[in-house]
Amino acid sequence: MRRLSEFDPPVPGAVPQAEPLSGGRRGFAGVIVEVRPAQGAGGLDGAEIERRLIEMGLVEGAPVEILHEGLFGRDPIAVKLADRIVALRRREARSVMVRPA
Amino acid sequence: MSAAEVAAQAPAAETLVAEIGAKPLRVALAGVPNCGKTAMFNALTGARQKVANYAGVTVERKEGVAVAPDGARLSILDLPGTYSLRARSPDEAVTRDAVLGKLAGETLPDVIVCVADATSLRVAIRLALELKQAGRPMVLALNMIDIAARQGLDIDVEGLSRDLGVPIVGTVATRKRGVDLLLAAVQKAASGPSAPSTWHEPTSGELRTLDREAERLIKAHVKPPKRPDTWTARIDSVLLHPAGGLAVLLVLLFFMFQAVFSWAQPVMDLITAGFTLLSGFIGHALPDGLLKSFLCDGLIAGVGSVVVFLPQILILFLFIILLEDVGYMARAAFLMDKIMGGAGLHGRAFIPLLSSHACAIPGIMATRVIDQKRDRLTTILVAPLTTCSARIPIYTLIISAFVPNHTLFGWVSEQGLVMLGLYVSGITSALAVAFVIRTVFWRGASEPFLMELPAYKVPDPWNVARLVLQRGEIFLRRAGTIILSMMVLVWFLSKVPLAPAGAKEPAIDYSFAGMIGHALQPILAPIGFSWQMSVALIPGMAAREVAVGALGTVYAVSGGDDNTAALGHTLAGHWPLASALAFLAWYVFAPQCASTLGVVKRETNSWKWPAIMFAYMITLAYIAAFITYHVALALGAG
Repeated sequence: MRRLSEFDPPVPGAVPQAEPLSGGRRGFAGVIVEVRPAQGAGGLDGAEIERRLIEMGLVEGAPVEILHEGLFGRDPIAVKLADRIVALRRREARSVMVRPA
Repeated sequence: MSAAEVAAQAPAAETLVAEIGAKPLRVALAGVPNCGKTAMFNALTGARQKVANYAGVTVERKEGVAVAPDGARLSILDLPGTYSLRARSPDEAVTRDAVLGKLAGETLPDVIVCVADATSLRVAIRLALELKQAGRPMVLALNMIDIAARQGLDIDVEGLSRDLGVPIVGTVATRKRGVDLLLAAVQKAASGPSAPSTWHEPTSGELRTLDREAERLIKAHVKPPKRPDTWTARIDSVLLHPAGGLAVLLVLLFFMFQAVFSWAQPVMDLITAGFTLLSGFIGHALPDGLLKSFLCDGLIAGVGSVVVFLPQILILFLFIILLEDVGYMARAAFLMDKIMGGAGLHGRAFIPLLSSHACAIPGIMATRVIDQKRDRLTTILVAPLTTCSARIPIYTLIISAFVPNHTLFGWVSEQGLVMLGLYVSGITSALAVAFVIRTVFWRGASEPFLMELPAYKVPDPWNVARLVLQRGEIFLRRAGTIILSMMVLVWFLSKVPLAPAGAKEPAIDYSFAGMIGHALQPILAPIGFSWQMSVALIPGMAAREVAVGALGTVYAVSGGDDNTAALGHTLAGHWPLASALAFLAWYVFAPQCASTLGVVKRETNSWKWPAIMFAYMITLAYIAAFITYHVALALGAG
């Protein structure tokens, strides 16, 4: 399993911290622990983003895996959920907190 | 609510049966995007379909008739796909209002059929739970049940049906399997209980509750697939490769662009020849005069100018619908999102913008793939800035007349370089205008890019063919009326009043177009346009390439379109180089196409957007021509 960030080596034995999905690289796999409005998540208000994410299946408890990244700035990303693949920009992925599996 | 209360609120069974006897059951199809709802609609109704618009909105209304095994006829309404009844777009608002019976001019459906992709149940069940709150009798169609079986997905249909409280039918819409069972279930459900709607817009907390309930139902009744689909992942490892995927997309786009350009050409030539023949035939049969001119130059040329776009539209939509059906379109949007996003556009905007290089009309029609209104309007507004094929005759005429046929470094043609420059200014101006719209006028309104990448599937040829033909029909019916009336108006302005007997000047000089051209001349003088150029702009409103013929008319060069060499020679003798360059700059930006404005009116359902488009494009054209003319003069190109 790849780490969430190259620059942040895991402490052996420690429970992995929840981090925003927006920081994940291709190959990252984990579980969604929280979906919440993030600051500056774009034009829509955070609560609306939150509801849309839930409607698309990005909801607490769902396993996620980052399958693909765009060429420029590794954006957008495509994530695999239990039974579907969803594409989103990293800006919106800031609202999704994940814990590495 | 108790069963007795439900029975009290539902109409008595006898009256319901009587009603069904009198008029067909009204069934509404709902479902999340990519669940196979369109295929289901086609399987249910076959060729008995009618496509129109809902009253007052540009959302497409698709209705058809299905025949149940017992011979009863059912009216089927295909609602726009949605993940929730919350309605984030005009399309989704139609779905919400139709289900709740609040849509103007529509009656409440007797039964709702919720179509679900059996291989992707969680969002579908969540939507079904929300639809249940609307209180109408409902049937759940587990579509693509064959693919689910192939994957070894084990669904306890009976148990799920019992816990969900909704009858469930397994279907394979593309093969018409389970359709009769579904219709029978719908008929049975119609006589079942209905309840008043308890639906209200769910909060994020309520959405979570619904989602947890869906998860619980799935955990209880569905065993995960033993052989999950691995093809989609394998294909995506190539098609969504950061660099490789873009390369594949570019090759695909190049092929598509070529097809729209070159495959359509022979058919377009045939159509043009056919209409020329018809016009010649009528021309021989009638005496010279206004009637002959109206029939030949106004009506027949007008109809011809609409029909001639049909091959391009059909080929373009064949590609778009095929790619959509396979599941590639969402991938293309994924790959292009960052590039389009830089200009404030949605990833899905690139297909319409690319298509506009052939012709802005199919391009603007293709913006329907963009869900969000502002994203779509921005794309529509900038689409005509890309270099459409109708500009090519003008560019070729002016370039060959004014740009020397030199080569740079032995192989780069100067004429080709100018042509390339015109193409590049088209694309960059389209992206720049989009950027300005999204940063100045619609700031902070950018939509999130959040979409499902559906599993790849083999396209259904009948479904694709039907949808392509539907596009063609819609174009002829909707755009046809408005484009035709514009063409007749331009004809009228160019021909009436007639030149007096023994007139020395070309006939157009005496017409309203001539008068307008002369009146405009003082305004256009600062950008270096002579009165002849100004006059040619009026018939050039019919379509850009018509300006070539119009220039031939005002300079009285015989041979019209076929004799562009002679016309080029004449222009080179009359126009200073600075004016020629200003004319080119004008044509990069000017809204010289009544058909485009007509289609924008049709697609946006309002004269506001074509008016805004006309105003901003003509302003840009004037500024660009002004700068070009004066810079060229300063550089000694007078």
